[in-house]
Amino acid sequence: MNFDMGPYGVYIWPAYGISALALIGITLWTLAAWRRAKARLAALEKRGPAATKT
Amino acid sequence: MNFLFRYANPHEFMRLSGAVLPFTAVATMLCLAVGLYLGFRVPPDYQQGTTIALLFIHVPADVVAEFAYGAIAVCSLLSLVWRHPLADTAARAAAPFGALFTALGLVTGSLWGKPMWGTYWVWDARLTSFLLLLFLYLGYMALWNAIEDETRAARAAAILALVGVVNIPIIKFSVDWWSTLHQGESIVSGKVAPVYLWPLLIMMLGYVLLFLTLWMVRIRTAILERRARNLMQAN
Amino acid sequence: MSPVVTLLLRDIRLAARSGGSAALALSFFALVATLVPLGVGADLHLLARVAGGILWVAAVLAALLSLDRLFQGDFEDGSLDVIALSPLPLELTALAKITAHWLSTGLPLTLLSPLLALLFNLPPQPTLILFVSLLIGTPAVSAVGAIGASLTLSLKRGGLILPLIILPLLAPAVIFGAGAVSLALDRLGAASALGLLAAFAFAAVLLSPFAAAASVRLNLGG
Repeated sequence: MNFDMGPYGVYIWPAYGISALALIGITLWTLAAWRRAKARLAALEKRGPAATKT
Repeated sequence: MNFLFRYANPHEFMRLSGAVLPFTAVATMLCLAVGLYLGFRVPPDYQQGTTIALLFIHVPADVVAEFAYGAIAVCSLLSLVWRHPLADTAARAAAPFGALFTALGLVTGSLWGKPMWGTYWVWDARLTSFLLLLFLYLGYMALWNAIEDETRAARAAAILALVGVVNIPIIKFSVDWWSTLHQGESIVSGKVAPVYLWPLLIMMLGYVLLFLTLWMVRIRTAILERRARNLMQAN
Repeated sequence: MSPVVTLLLRDIRLAARSGGSAALALSFFALVATLVPLGVGADLHLLARVAGGILWVAAVLAALLSLDRLFQGDFEDGSLDVIALSPLPLELTALAKITAHWLSTGLPLTLLSPLLALLFNLPPQPTLILFVSLLIGTPAVSAVGAIGASLTLSLKRGGLILPLIILPLLAPAVIFGAGAVSLALDRLGAASALGLLAAFAFAAVLLSPFAAAASVRLNLGG
Protein backbone atom coordinates (compact mmCIF):
# COMPACT_ATOMS: atom_id res chain seq x y z
CA MET A 1 0.00 0.00 0.00
CA ASN A 2 1.39 3.31 -0.97
CA PHE A 3 1.02 5.67 1.96
CA ASP A 4 4.11 7.72 1.34
CA MET A 5 2.81 10.78 -0.43
CA GLY A 6 6.08 12.61 -0.37
CA PRO A 7 5.89 16.41 -0.21
CA TYR A 8 2.22 16.39 -1.15
CA GLY A 9 1.17 14.60 1.97
CA VAL A 10 0.42 17.90 3.69
CA TYR A 11 -2.39 18.45 1.18
CA ILE A 12 -3.56 14.91 0.66
CA TRP A 13 -4.06 13.85 4.24
CA PRO A 14 -6.05 16.92 5.32
CA ALA A 15 -8.22 16.46 2.23
CA TYR A 16 -8.92 12.84 3.13
CA GLY A 17 -9.34 13.83 6.76
CA ILE A 18 -11.86 16.56 6.05
CA SER A 19 -13.75 14.30 3.68
CA ALA A 20 -13.90 11.52 6.24
CA LEU A 21 -14.98 13.91 8.99
CA ALA A 22 -17.66 15.47 6.81
CA LEU A 23 -19.08 12.18 5.57
CA ILE A 24 -19.02 10.48 8.93
CA GLY A 25 -20.44 13.61 10.53
CA ILE A 26 -23.34 13.91 8.12
CA THR A 27 -24.09 10.20 8.51
CA LEU A 28 -24.21 10.50 12.28
CA TRP A 29 -26.35 13.64 12.06
CA THR A 30 -28.80 11.92 9.69
CA LEU A 31 -29.06 8.85 11.88
CA ALA A 32 -29.47 10.93 15.04
CA ALA A 33 -32.33 12.88 13.48
CA TRP A 34 -33.95 9.59 12.45
CA ARG A 35 -33.70 8.15 15.95
CA ARG A 36 -35.08 11.32 17.49
CA ALA A 37 -38.06 11.33 15.14
CA LYS A 38 -38.70 7.66 15.79
CA ALA A 39 -38.55 8.13 19.57
CA ARG A 40 -40.80 11.17 19.48
CA LEU A 41 -43.39 9.40 17.37
CA ALA A 42 -43.31 6.35 19.62
CA ALA A 43 -43.83 8.54 22.68
CA LEU A 44 -46.75 10.35 21.06
CA GLU A 45 -48.35 7.12 19.95
CA LYS A 46 -48.12 5.73 23.44
CA ARG A 47 -49.89 8.76 24.80
CA GLY A 48 -52.23 8.67 21.82
CA PRO A 49 -55.41 6.95 22.96
CA ALA A 50 -55.59 8.97 26.17
CA ALA A 51 -54.59 12.26 24.63
CA THR A 52 -57.10 12.23 21.76
CA LYS A 53 -59.88 12.43 24.28
CA THR A 54 -60.87 16.07 24.22
CA MET B 1 -45.47 6.84 -14.08
CA ASN B 2 -47.80 4.44 -12.27
CA PHE B 3 -44.75 2.88 -10.74
CA LEU B 4 -43.83 6.19 -9.17
CA PHE B 5 -47.29 6.86 -7.88
CA ARG B 6 -47.52 3.51 -6.24
CA TYR B 7 -44.73 4.62 -3.94
CA ALA B 8 -46.17 8.09 -3.47
CA ASN B 9 -47.93 6.72 -0.46
CA PRO B 10 -45.70 7.35 2.57
CA HIS B 11 -46.46 3.89 3.91
CA GLU B 12 -45.30 2.31 0.69
CA PHE B 13 -42.17 4.44 0.71
CA MET B 14 -41.37 3.44 4.28
CA ARG B 15 -41.84 -0.19 3.39
CA LEU B 16 -39.76 -0.05 0.23
CA SER B 17 -36.97 2.09 1.65
CA GLY B 18 -36.84 -0.02 4.79
CA ALA B 19 -36.25 -3.09 2.66
CA VAL B 20 -33.67 -1.49 0.40
CA LEU B 21 -31.67 0.44 3.00
CA PRO B 22 -29.62 -2.41 4.47
CA PHE B 23 -28.43 -3.28 0.98
CA THR B 24 -27.48 0.24 -0.01
CA ALA B 25 -25.76 0.79 3.32
CA VAL B 26 -23.65 -2.35 2.94
CA ALA B 27 -22.95 -1.62 -0.72
CA THR B 28 -21.83 1.90 0.24
CA MET B 29 -19.35 0.62 2.79
CA LEU B 30 -18.05 -2.05 0.44
CA CYS B 31 -17.50 0.39 -2.41
CA LEU B 32 -15.79 2.94 -0.20
CA ALA B 33 -13.57 0.29 1.37
CA VAL B 34 -12.58 -1.29 -1.94
CA GLY B 35 -12.21 2.09 -3.62
CA LEU B 36 -9.92 3.42 -0.93
CA TYR B 37 -7.89 0.22 -0.88
CA LEU B 38 -7.36 0.32 -4.64
CA GLY B 39 -6.80 4.05 -4.52
CA PHE B 40 -3.89 3.75 -2.19
CA ARG B 41 -2.26 1.09 -4.34
CA VAL B 42 -1.94 3.09 -7.53
CA PRO B 43 1.40 4.44 -8.71
CA PRO B 44 1.96 8.22 -8.77
CA ASP B 45 0.84 10.02 -11.90
CA TYR B 46 3.67 11.20 -14.14
CA GLN B 47 2.18 14.72 -14.23
CA GLN B 48 0.42 15.08 -10.91
CA GLY B 49 2.64 12.93 -8.76
CA THR B 50 1.07 11.47 -5.68
CA THR B 51 -1.63 14.19 -5.64
CA ILE B 52 -3.55 11.94 -8.03
CA ALA B 53 -4.81 10.44 -4.78
CA LEU B 54 -7.09 13.45 -4.52
CA LEU B 55 -8.84 12.38 -7.71
CA PHE B 56 -10.59 9.67 -5.72
CA ILE B 57 -12.26 12.01 -3.27
CA HIS B 58 -12.60 15.15 -5.36
CA VAL B 59 -14.38 13.89 -8.48
CA PRO B 60 -16.85 11.66 -6.57
CA ALA B 61 -17.84 14.64 -4.41
CA ASP B 62 -18.44 16.71 -7.56
CA VAL B 63 -20.46 13.88 -9.10
CA VAL B 64 -22.79 13.71 -6.11
CA ALA B 65 -23.02 17.51 -6.00
CA GLU B 66 -24.50 17.52 -9.49
CA PHE B 67 -26.45 14.30 -9.06
CA ALA B 68 -28.20 15.68 -5.98
CA TYR B 69 -29.24 18.83 -7.80
CA GLY B 70 -30.54 16.73 -10.66
CA ALA B 71 -32.51 14.69 -8.16
CA ILE B 72 -33.95 17.87 -6.67
CA ALA B 73 -34.89 19.07 -10.15
CA VAL B 74 -36.66 15.81 -10.99
CA CYS B 75 -38.54 15.85 -7.68
CA SER B 76 -39.48 19.48 -8.29
CA LEU B 77 -40.85 18.60 -11.70
CA LEU B 78 -42.87 15.73 -10.24
CA SER B 79 -44.15 18.06 -7.59
CA LEU B 80 -45.23 20.86 -9.91
CA VAL B 81 -46.49 18.93 -12.89
CA TRP B 82 -47.83 15.71 -11.45
CA ARG B 83 -48.42 16.80 -7.85
CA HIS B 84 -46.55 13.78 -6.49
CA PRO B 85 -46.99 14.24 -2.73
CA LEU B 86 -43.70 12.80 -1.53
CA ALA B 87 -41.71 14.75 -4.10
CA ASP B 88 -41.53 17.95 -2.04
CA THR B 89 -40.29 16.10 1.00
CA ALA B 90 -37.70 14.29 -1.08
CA ALA B 91 -36.46 17.45 -2.78
CA ARG B 92 -36.05 19.32 0.49
CA ALA B 93 -34.31 16.34 2.08
CA ALA B 94 -31.69 16.11 -0.66
CA ALA B 95 -30.54 19.71 -0.44
CA PRO B 96 -28.28 19.66 2.66
CA PHE B 97 -26.43 16.64 1.27
CA GLY B 98 -25.99 18.30 -2.11
CA ALA B 99 -24.61 21.40 -0.44
CA LEU B 100 -22.23 19.36 1.70
CA PHE B 101 -20.83 17.39 -1.21
CA THR B 102 -20.44 20.61 -3.21
CA ALA B 103 -18.49 22.17 -0.35
CA LEU B 104 -16.41 19.02 -0.05
CA GLY B 105 -15.63 19.21 -3.75
CA LEU B 106 -14.49 22.80 -3.30
CA VAL B 107 -12.28 21.99 -0.31
CA THR B 108 -10.65 18.96 -1.95
CA GLY B 109 -10.30 20.89 -5.19
CA SER B 110 -8.62 23.75 -3.40
CA LEU B 111 -6.24 21.39 -1.57
CA TRP B 112 -5.45 19.79 -4.90
CA GLY B 113 -4.89 23.16 -6.46
CA LYS B 114 -2.27 24.31 -3.98
CA PRO B 115 0.42 21.82 -5.03
CA MET B 116 -0.66 22.13 -8.68
CA TRP B 117 -1.03 25.88 -9.06
CA GLY B 118 0.77 27.25 -6.01
CA THR B 119 -2.29 28.89 -4.42
CA TYR B 120 -5.44 27.54 -2.84
CA TRP B 121 -7.75 29.17 -5.31
CA VAL B 122 -7.11 30.14 -8.87
CA TRP B 123 -10.59 30.46 -10.34
CA ASP B 124 -10.39 27.24 -12.27
CA ALA B 125 -13.53 26.94 -14.42
CA ARG B 126 -14.84 23.78 -12.77
CA LEU B 127 -14.28 24.97 -9.22
CA THR B 128 -15.89 28.32 -9.99
CA SER B 129 -18.95 26.59 -11.42
CA PHE B 130 -19.21 24.49 -8.29
CA LEU B 131 -18.89 27.58 -6.13
CA LEU B 132 -21.91 29.02 -7.92
CA LEU B 133 -23.70 25.68 -7.49
CA LEU B 134 -23.10 25.95 -3.74
CA PHE B 135 -24.89 29.31 -3.77
CA LEU B 136 -27.74 27.77 -5.72
CA TYR B 137 -28.10 25.16 -2.98
CA LEU B 138 -27.96 27.79 -0.23
CA GLY B 139 -30.61 29.90 -1.96
CA TYR B 140 -32.83 26.85 -2.38
CA MET B 141 -32.57 25.92 1.29
CA ALA B 142 -33.06 29.53 2.36
CA LEU B 143 -36.26 29.79 0.32
CA TRP B 144 -37.67 26.64 1.93
CA ASN B 145 -36.92 28.04 5.37
CA ALA B 146 -38.17 31.55 4.70
CA ILE B 147 -41.70 30.79 3.51
CA GLU B 148 -43.86 29.76 6.42
CA ASP B 149 -46.65 27.99 4.63
CA GLU B 150 -45.24 24.58 3.72
CA THR B 151 -47.26 24.06 0.57
CA ARG B 152 -46.26 27.45 -0.77
CA ALA B 153 -42.66 26.93 0.23
CA ALA B 154 -42.62 23.60 -1.59
CA ARG B 155 -43.93 25.07 -4.81
CA ALA B 156 -41.73 28.15 -4.67
CA ALA B 157 -38.68 25.97 -4.04
CA ALA B 158 -39.72 23.71 -6.91
CA ILE B 159 -39.91 26.67 -9.30
CA LEU B 160 -36.53 27.90 -8.10
CA ALA B 161 -34.97 24.46 -8.55
CA LEU B 162 -36.25 24.20 -12.11
CA VAL B 163 -35.08 27.71 -12.97
CA GLY B 164 -31.73 26.72 -11.47
CA VAL B 165 -31.40 23.49 -13.39
CA VAL B 166 -32.07 25.28 -16.67
CA ASN B 167 -29.44 27.85 -15.75
CA ILE B 168 -26.74 25.41 -14.70
CA PRO B 169 -25.61 24.51 -18.24
CA ILE B 170 -25.64 28.21 -19.12
CA ILE B 171 -23.60 29.03 -16.04
CA LYS B 172 -21.09 26.29 -16.79
CA PHE B 173 -20.77 27.42 -20.38
CA SER B 174 -20.26 31.04 -19.39
CA VAL B 175 -17.68 30.15 -16.72
CA ASP B 176 -15.83 27.99 -19.22
CA TRP B 177 -15.87 30.83 -21.72
CA TRP B 178 -14.69 33.22 -19.02
CA SER B 179 -11.82 31.01 -17.97
CA THR B 180 -10.50 30.62 -21.52
CA LEU B 181 -10.68 34.39 -21.76
CA HIS B 182 -8.49 34.78 -18.71
CA GLN B 183 -6.26 31.75 -19.36
CA GLY B 184 -7.42 29.70 -16.40
CA GLU B 185 -5.83 26.53 -15.11
CA SER B 186 -7.41 23.15 -14.81
CA ILE B 187 -6.80 20.25 -12.46
CA VAL B 188 -8.65 17.39 -13.99
CA SER B 189 -7.87 17.31 -17.67
CA GLY B 190 -10.54 14.87 -18.74
CA LYS B 191 -8.52 11.82 -19.67
CA VAL B 192 -7.90 9.44 -16.82
CA ALA B 193 -5.37 6.66 -17.22
CA PRO B 194 -6.94 3.18 -16.88
CA VAL B 195 -5.04 2.30 -13.71
CA TYR B 196 -6.83 5.17 -11.98
CA LEU B 197 -10.19 4.48 -13.57
CA TRP B 198 -11.27 1.56 -11.43
CA PRO B 199 -10.67 3.14 -8.00
CA LEU B 200 -12.29 6.31 -9.33
CA LEU B 201 -15.41 4.57 -10.59
CA ILE B 202 -15.78 2.53 -7.43
CA MET B 203 -15.40 5.62 -5.26
CA MET B 204 -17.92 7.46 -7.43
CA LEU B 205 -20.37 4.62 -6.96
CA GLY B 206 -19.65 4.56 -3.23
CA TYR B 207 -20.30 8.28 -2.88
CA VAL B 208 -23.54 8.08 -4.88
CA LEU B 209 -24.71 5.12 -2.81
CA LEU B 210 -23.88 7.04 0.36
CA PHE B 211 -25.99 9.96 -0.85
CA LEU B 212 -28.89 7.67 -1.77
CA THR B 213 -28.73 5.90 1.59
CA LEU B 214 -28.61 9.11 3.62
CA TRP B 215 -31.30 10.64 1.43
CA MET B 216 -33.68 7.75 2.07
CA VAL B 217 -33.07 7.94 5.80
CA ARG B 218 -33.79 11.66 5.77
CA ILE B 219 -37.03 11.22 3.80
CA ARG B 220 -38.10 8.52 6.25
CA THR B 221 -37.28 10.90 9.09
CA ALA B 222 -39.40 13.62 7.48
CA ILE B 223 -42.32 11.20 7.12
CA LEU B 224 -42.11 10.27 10.80
CA GLU B 225 -41.87 13.94 11.77
CA ARG B 226 -44.99 14.69 9.80
CA ARG B 227 -46.85 11.84 11.50
CA ALA B 228 -45.78 13.21 14.84
CA ARG B 229 -46.99 16.70 13.90
CA ASN B 230 -50.35 15.30 12.80
CA LEU B 231 -50.71 13.46 16.08
CA MET B 232 -49.89 16.60 18.02
CA GLN B 233 -52.51 18.55 16.08
CA ALA B 234 -55.09 15.88 16.70
CA ASN B 235 -54.62 16.22 20.44
CA MET C 1 -54.85 51.91 -25.02
CA SER C 2 -53.81 48.31 -24.73
CA PRO C 3 -54.02 46.94 -21.18
CA VAL C 4 -50.34 46.05 -21.22
CA VAL C 5 -49.39 49.63 -21.96
CA THR C 6 -51.73 50.89 -19.25
CA LEU C 7 -50.16 48.57 -16.75
CA LEU C 8 -46.72 49.55 -17.93
CA LEU C 9 -47.36 53.26 -17.55
CA ARG C 10 -48.94 52.71 -14.15
CA ASP C 11 -45.90 50.78 -12.91
CA ILE C 12 -43.51 53.38 -14.25
CA ARG C 13 -45.46 56.12 -12.55
CA LEU C 14 -45.48 54.13 -9.30
CA ALA C 15 -41.75 53.57 -9.53
CA ALA C 16 -41.15 57.24 -10.21
CA ARG C 17 -43.27 58.25 -7.25
CA SER C 18 -41.93 55.77 -4.70
CA GLY C 19 -38.86 57.69 -3.68
CA GLY C 20 -37.43 57.73 -7.16
CA SER C 21 -36.00 54.26 -7.48
CA ALA C 22 -34.00 55.53 -10.44
CA ALA C 23 -32.33 58.13 -8.26
CA LEU C 24 -31.61 55.51 -5.61
CA ALA C 25 -30.13 53.08 -8.10
CA LEU C 26 -28.03 55.79 -9.74
CA SER C 27 -26.68 57.02 -6.41
CA PHE C 28 -25.80 53.51 -5.35
CA PHE C 29 -24.11 52.85 -8.68
CA ALA C 30 -22.08 56.04 -8.44
CA LEU C 31 -21.17 55.38 -4.81
CA VAL C 32 -19.82 51.94 -5.54
CA ALA C 33 -17.85 53.35 -8.46
CA THR C 34 -16.39 55.86 -6.02
CA LEU C 35 -15.66 53.41 -3.22
CA VAL C 36 -13.81 50.86 -5.31
CA PRO C 37 -10.88 53.11 -6.25
CA LEU C 38 -10.77 54.13 -2.60
CA GLY C 39 -10.48 50.46 -1.84
CA VAL C 40 -7.98 49.34 -4.47
CA GLY C 41 -5.96 52.47 -4.99
CA ALA C 42 -5.80 54.98 -7.80
CA ASP C 43 -3.54 53.06 -10.15
CA LEU C 44 -5.17 54.07 -13.42
CA HIS C 45 -4.00 51.02 -15.30
CA LEU C 46 -5.47 48.73 -12.68
CA LEU C 47 -8.72 50.66 -12.60
CA ALA C 48 -9.10 50.48 -16.36
CA ARG C 49 -8.62 46.71 -16.19
CA VAL C 50 -11.25 46.22 -13.52
CA ALA C 51 -13.71 48.84 -14.76
CA GLY C 52 -15.84 46.41 -16.75
CA GLY C 53 -16.22 43.95 -13.90
CA ILE C 54 -16.72 46.51 -11.15
CA LEU C 55 -19.26 48.57 -13.05
CA TRP C 56 -21.18 45.48 -14.13
CA VAL C 57 -21.37 44.13 -10.58
CA ALA C 58 -22.30 47.56 -9.28
CA ALA C 59 -25.05 47.86 -11.90
CA VAL C 60 -26.48 44.45 -10.99
CA LEU C 61 -26.49 45.30 -7.28
CA ALA C 62 -28.04 48.71 -7.93
CA ALA C 63 -30.82 47.15 -10.01
CA LEU C 64 -31.43 44.70 -7.15
CA LEU C 65 -32.31 47.47 -4.73
CA SER C 66 -35.83 48.03 -5.97
CA LEU C 67 -36.57 44.44 -6.97
CA ASP C 68 -38.21 43.23 -3.79
CA ARG C 69 -40.94 45.82 -4.24
CA LEU C 70 -41.66 44.69 -7.78
CA PHE C 71 -44.74 42.68 -6.86
CA GLN C 72 -44.99 43.37 -3.16
CA GLY C 73 -46.78 46.70 -3.38
CA ASP C 74 -49.58 45.25 -5.47
CA PHE C 75 -49.63 42.09 -3.38
CA GLU C 76 -50.10 43.96 -0.12
CA ASP C 77 -52.95 46.19 -1.20
CA GLY C 78 -54.75 43.46 -3.08
CA SER C 79 -54.28 44.87 -6.57
CA LEU C 80 -52.30 41.80 -7.56
CA ASP C 81 -55.38 39.63 -6.98
CA VAL C 82 -57.39 41.94 -9.22
CA ILE C 83 -54.72 41.92 -11.89
CA ALA C 84 -54.48 38.14 -11.75
CA LEU C 85 -58.24 37.82 -12.28
CA SER C 86 -58.26 40.16 -15.25
CA PRO C 87 -58.31 38.75 -18.80
CA LEU C 88 -54.74 39.96 -19.20
CA PRO C 89 -52.41 36.94 -18.92
CA LEU C 90 -50.26 37.10 -15.83
CA GLU C 91 -47.22 36.51 -18.02
CA LEU C 92 -47.83 39.80 -19.80
CA THR C 93 -48.27 41.53 -16.47
CA ALA C 94 -44.91 40.15 -15.43
CA LEU C 95 -43.38 41.36 -18.69
CA ALA C 96 -44.86 44.81 -18.14
CA LYS C 97 -43.40 44.94 -14.64
CA ILE C 98 -40.02 43.78 -15.90
CA THR C 99 -40.07 46.51 -18.53
CA ALA C 100 -41.09 49.14 -15.98
CA HIS C 101 -38.29 48.02 -13.69
CA TRP C 102 -35.75 48.20 -16.47
CA LEU C 103 -36.91 51.65 -17.54
CA SER C 104 -36.56 52.89 -13.98
CA THR C 105 -33.25 51.23 -13.09
CA GLY C 106 -31.37 49.42 -15.86
CA LEU C 107 -31.77 52.14 -18.44
CA PRO C 108 -30.73 55.05 -16.19
CA LEU C 109 -27.74 52.99 -15.00
CA THR C 110 -26.72 52.37 -18.58
CA LEU C 111 -26.96 56.06 -19.37
CA LEU C 112 -24.78 56.99 -16.38
CA SER C 113 -22.15 54.35 -17.08
CA PRO C 114 -19.97 56.30 -19.53
CA LEU C 115 -19.51 59.01 -16.89
CA LEU C 116 -18.45 56.45 -14.30
CA ALA C 117 -16.20 54.74 -16.83
CA LEU C 118 -14.37 58.05 -16.94
CA LEU C 119 -13.56 57.68 -13.24
CA PHE C 120 -11.94 54.38 -14.07
CA ASN C 121 -9.83 55.69 -16.89
CA LEU C 122 -11.57 53.44 -19.39
CA PRO C 123 -10.69 54.40 -22.97
CA PRO C 124 -13.48 55.45 -25.37
CA GLN C 125 -13.88 52.23 -27.34
CA PRO C 126 -14.26 49.96 -24.27
CA THR C 127 -16.57 52.58 -22.74
CA LEU C 128 -18.83 52.27 -25.75
CA ILE C 129 -18.76 48.49 -25.36
CA LEU C 130 -19.60 48.88 -21.68
CA PHE C 131 -22.56 51.06 -22.58
CA VAL C 132 -23.82 48.59 -25.17
CA SER C 133 -23.31 45.63 -22.86
CA LEU C 134 -25.30 47.28 -20.08
CA LEU C 135 -28.00 48.26 -22.55
CA ILE C 136 -28.35 44.66 -23.70
CA GLY C 137 -27.70 43.02 -20.35
CA THR C 138 -29.71 45.02 -17.82
CA PRO C 139 -33.03 43.77 -19.21
CA ALA C 140 -31.80 40.30 -18.27
CA VAL C 141 -31.13 41.57 -14.75
CA SER C 142 -34.69 42.87 -14.49
CA ALA C 143 -36.08 39.65 -15.96
CA VAL C 144 -34.19 37.24 -13.72
CA GLY C 145 -34.78 39.62 -10.83
CA ALA C 146 -38.52 39.39 -11.41
CA ILE C 147 -38.35 35.63 -10.85
CA GLY C 148 -36.72 36.17 -7.49
CA ALA C 149 -39.12 38.97 -6.63
CA SER C 150 -42.18 36.86 -7.40
CA LEU C 151 -40.86 33.87 -5.44
CA THR C 152 -40.26 36.01 -2.35
CA LEU C 153 -43.20 38.38 -2.61
CA SER C 154 -44.94 37.00 0.44
CA LEU C 155 -41.90 37.45 2.65
CA LYS C 156 -41.65 40.53 4.82
CA ARG C 157 -37.90 40.35 4.85
CA GLY C 158 -37.62 38.70 1.48
CA GLY C 159 -35.14 41.34 0.50
CA LEU C 160 -32.41 39.34 2.18
CA ILE C 161 -32.99 36.14 0.23
CA LEU C 162 -33.57 37.82 -3.09
CA PRO C 163 -29.90 38.53 -3.89
CA LEU C 164 -28.90 35.03 -2.76
CA ILE C 165 -31.40 33.51 -5.19
CA ILE C 166 -30.77 35.56 -8.27
CA LEU C 167 -27.11 36.55 -8.19
CA PRO C 168 -25.82 33.07 -9.13
CA LEU C 169 -28.31 33.04 -11.99
CA LEU C 170 -26.94 36.37 -13.19
CA ALA C 171 -23.34 35.17 -13.32
CA PRO C 172 -23.49 34.63 -17.11
CA ALA C 173 -24.61 38.23 -17.65
CA VAL C 174 -21.74 39.61 -15.57
CA ILE C 175 -19.30 37.26 -17.28
CA PHE C 176 -20.32 38.15 -20.83
CA GLY C 177 -20.87 41.84 -20.12
CA ALA C 178 -17.63 42.46 -18.29
CA GLY C 179 -15.88 40.08 -20.66
CA ALA C 180 -16.90 42.21 -23.59
CA VAL C 181 -15.34 45.26 -21.99
CA SER C 182 -12.21 43.27 -21.20
CA LEU C 183 -11.90 42.11 -24.79
CA ALA C 184 -12.38 45.64 -26.07
CA LEU C 185 -9.69 46.85 -23.68
CA ASP C 186 -7.29 44.31 -25.16
CA ARG C 187 -8.23 45.45 -28.66
CA LEU C 188 -9.83 42.08 -29.38
CA GLY C 189 -13.29 41.80 -30.88
CA ALA C 190 -16.06 42.10 -28.32
CA ALA C 191 -18.71 40.95 -30.76
CA SER C 192 -18.76 37.33 -29.60
CA ALA C 193 -19.19 38.36 -25.99
CA LEU C 194 -21.95 40.81 -26.84
CA GLY C 195 -23.62 38.14 -28.94
CA LEU C 196 -23.61 35.67 -26.06
CA LEU C 197 -24.90 38.38 -23.75
CA ALA C 198 -27.69 39.21 -26.20
CA ALA C 199 -28.66 35.54 -26.41
CA PHE C 200 -28.75 35.28 -22.64
CA ALA C 201 -30.80 38.46 -22.30
CA PHE C 202 -33.20 37.39 -25.02
CA ALA C 203 -33.79 34.02 -23.39
CA ALA C 204 -34.16 35.61 -19.97
CA VAL C 205 -36.71 38.19 -21.08
CA LEU C 206 -38.61 35.59 -23.08
CA LEU C 207 -38.78 32.90 -20.42
CA SER C 208 -38.82 34.61 -17.06
CA PRO C 209 -42.38 36.00 -17.37
CA PHE C 210 -43.54 32.39 -17.29
CA ALA C 211 -41.62 31.54 -14.15
CA ALA C 212 -42.61 34.84 -12.53
CA ALA C 213 -46.29 34.35 -13.37
CA ALA C 214 -46.22 30.81 -11.97
CA SER C 215 -44.65 32.13 -8.77
CA VAL C 216 -47.22 34.92 -8.47
CA ARG C 217 -50.02 32.40 -8.90
CA LEU C 218 -48.70 30.15 -6.20
CA ASN C 219 -48.38 33.08 -3.81
CA LEU C 220 -51.90 34.23 -4.53
CA GLY C 221 -53.00 30.84 -3.27
CA GLY C 222 -53.71 29.42 -6.68
